[in-house]
Amino acid sequence: MNTPAMNTPTPASAATRKRRRLAPNALLGMLIVGLVVLAALIGTFWTPFDPLKINFAMRLKGPGGPYLLGTDEFGRDELSRLMLGASSSVWISLLTVSFSVIVGTAIGVLTGFVRGWTDRIIMAFNNALLAFPGLLLALGLLAVVGANKYGIILALGLAYTPSVTRIVRGTVLSLREKEFIESSRVLGNSELYTMFRHVLPNCVAPLTVLATSMFGWVILAESALSFLGLGVPPPAPTWGNMLASARPFMAQATYLSIFPGLCIALTLLGINLLGDAVRDRLDPRMRGAR
Amino acid sequence: MNTLLSVSGLSLTVGPGGREIVRDVSFEVGAGEMVGIVGESGSGKTQAARAVLGLTPPPLVRSSGSIMFEGVDLATADAATLRKLRGARIGMVFQEPMTSLNPSMPIGRQLDEGLALHRRDLTPGARKDRIIDMLARVGIADPQAALVAWPHEFSGGMRQRMMLASVMLLEPALLIADEPTTALDAVVQRDVLELMVALTRDHNTAVLMISHDLPMVARYTERMIVMQQGEVVEAGPTVDMLARPQHPYTRKLLASMPKRGLARAASSEAPLVSVKQLAIDYPGRQRLFSRTASKRALHGIDLIVHPREVVAVVGGSGSGKTTLGRTIAGLLKPSEGEILFRGRSIQKSNAGWRDYRLNCQMVFQDPYSSLDPRMSIGQLVGEGLRQIPDLSDADKRKRVDEVLEEVGLGSAYAPRYPHELSGGQRQRVAIARAIVRRPSFVIADEPVSALDVTVRAQVLALFAELQARHGFSCLFISHDLGVVEQVADRVVVMQQGRIVEEGLRDTIFDAPREAYTRQLLSAIPTLEPAGEGGVQLKWRFENGFA
Repeated sequence: MNTPAMNTPTPASAATRKRRRLAPNALLGMLIVGLVVLAALIGTFWTPFDPLKINFAMRLKGPGGPYLLGTDEFGRDELSRLMLGASSSVWISLLTVSFSVIVGTAIGVLTGFVRGWTDRIIMAFNNALLAFPGLLLALGLLAVVGANKYGIILALGLAYTPSVTRIVRGTVLSLREKEFIESSRVLGNSELYTMFRHVLPNCVAPLTVLATSMFGWVILAESALSFLGLGVPPPAPTWGNMLASARPFMAQATYLSIFPGLCIALTLLGINLLGDAVRDRLDPRMRGAR
Repeated sequence: MNTLLSVSGLSLTVGPGGREIVRDVSFEVGAGEMVGIVGESGSGKTQAARAVLGLTPPPLVRSSGSIMFEGVDLATADAATLRKLRGARIGMVFQEPMTSLNPSMPIGRQLDEGLALHRRDLTPGARKDRIIDMLARVGIADPQAALVAWPHEFSGGMRQRMMLASVMLLEPALLIADEPTTALDAVVQRDVLELMVALTRDHNTAVLMISHDLPMVARYTERMIVMQQGEVVEAGPTVDMLARPQHPYTRKLLASMPKRGLARAASSEAPLVSVKQLAIDYPGRQRLFSRTASKRALHGIDLIVHPREVVAVVGGSGSGKTTLGRTIAGLLKPSEGEILFRGRSIQKSNAGWRDYRLNCQMVFQDPYSSLDPRMSIGQLVGEGLRQIPDLSDADKRKRVDEVLEEVGLGSAYAPRYPHELSGGQRQRVAIARAIVRRPSFVIADEPVSALDVTVRAQVLALFAELQARHGFSCLFISHDLGVVEQVADRVVVMQQGRIVEEGLRDTIFDAPREAYTRQLLSAIPTLEPAGEGGVQLKWRFENGFA
């Protein structure tokens, strides 16, 4: 809007310069993610009980008593397993998402910016990969690389890369038509500089949204793989395989499905809130907005 | 004359008790009368007119006032009453013909919608006859064929005619036209407006025309209303207001109309930039094994720009003027011909390119998309200095501050971001970015067409001042002849990818040789100063249009 008053230049007001206070949503997100990371860290070194020790005498004890969250069908402490599972679940999803985002962004920016035959060949391949459900693709890859933690990361990472590539390429294609990209060329900036300085930062918003939702997919996909016996091999716990092994006891021991499920849901909530906050923080247009 | 629409004391706020967008606005429209609402963006003119139809966007609520139309208060009428009036008694034509027709519906069905809804007494056959008659009336060559054609098959001007046809089919008593021709070419604009006047005269329809285009309002309306920041500052018969504007804002608006600048002596120095037999082909669409034929956008263009000279390129949309500018800027590769800078041929591979790239800068049309939203003003302007290696960081910062000062913003703006700035301020940043390296040649592609009248005047003045101080040459691309008349030394007229006429500004404007130039010049009237701060309407060539 162009009110005449705004056209007479005034010095930048102090209010717009001041850093905005954190929104309550962002705080909540940071709190949840912080707790999960803390649990995962502690879980790697110390747990209340040995998470792998089988004790048939204490089978399927409900929450309360010395076992705070009860025990599973082998009498292992649920809380200890959740803490250890946090470290592998968080680690797997973090690495998987980073892998797909980095590889997918690199390919997406390249194809979107170079276009021509490079774009056509890469995108044909990419679209062919997209035609498979992510899980199916991961299954196939797992058969090749072997079912262990890093195999899962590689398989899921490669399975989700095509969707990142597509989204980044689309964003780049629309950005490159913008006048500020041409304006950078007219200044004499190299294509590479333009790509890193002007194109890439403007891809951050769609990427953050994608990456945070991918976190959810990966945790779920990992549990699905565990369910099929292709995840992290037992007895090592992950939230996914705990959920999977709790299924037969749904009626007798509901808490066995509730606690890992709650962990997954809360983590996703935290990551989504944090992701939104990060996206807003990185966008100068959102700074100083109410 | 009996009053058709009477708006009194209308106020609109953002939410109950919020900021006032429209404050205590009152006006009347008589039956069959043409009234113009004039104002700059943010003046509330569009919202005030939309309130008549109850079409204000959701956060806006009416806090007071009444809108009497044919004995009904539209401000308090229920939705059913409003629906009966919309279309049938009050029609509306929107600004953007490219998006105001539904792209997935044939023209015939679209025109039939209103008739089927409001004229239950007509049989489908009778409705079809009416639609065909109306399409013929608005100048569609083959109405029968147009019934089953899709909107995308027609040009912007044709679509606006169809929009007009669909509204006038219902013979409303009032037509609200929101910037009806802003998106159109000068020549097409005149055709559509003449048609609108003729059609509304036929049916004795009153017109409420919302516009920022003063000459247009001056030409077509009987009364005009000037709005500023949500308030009516002046209203009255158009003739009187033009001759004797009372309110300072009206005077300012009228004074902002572009005026012919002083003629400067023609330069005899060696040309800075010369373009020889330049041609551009747009490649055809790629098929599986072949390409469709390529399309030639520019044909054998010869053009010379002398040092310190402003050469304007004018023409309608599709004339190739923007393509020419982008090619000279080095954004498009010429298919044929060459560009010489200081007598040396410029190609991306040769040694002259670097020198040319540093010396030739560009100001783009849309200040909203030509600045990276993620960079601060200081970074944006400073980016131009990246290519100068022997300048220390402190010197760079100093230069950025200097240039920001020069464009009237000041160094306080350096840490700000583009979204915090108005359109005019953004365009100043774009200019600062272009001149920070002290280029000898600036290409400006429609640099003021996205700006309001008063802001446009300020930016043009700034541009002239900078040009006088730094002495760069300029290729000024514009469709706005008033602006061109103010800034140009020489004028090049383009049509369909060819230069049709070229000459000194005064020669082109006073004694054009070519028919197309005459047509272009006579499409839009000008407002010439006539004492007492007033203006008078003037056509450049009374018979030029024939």
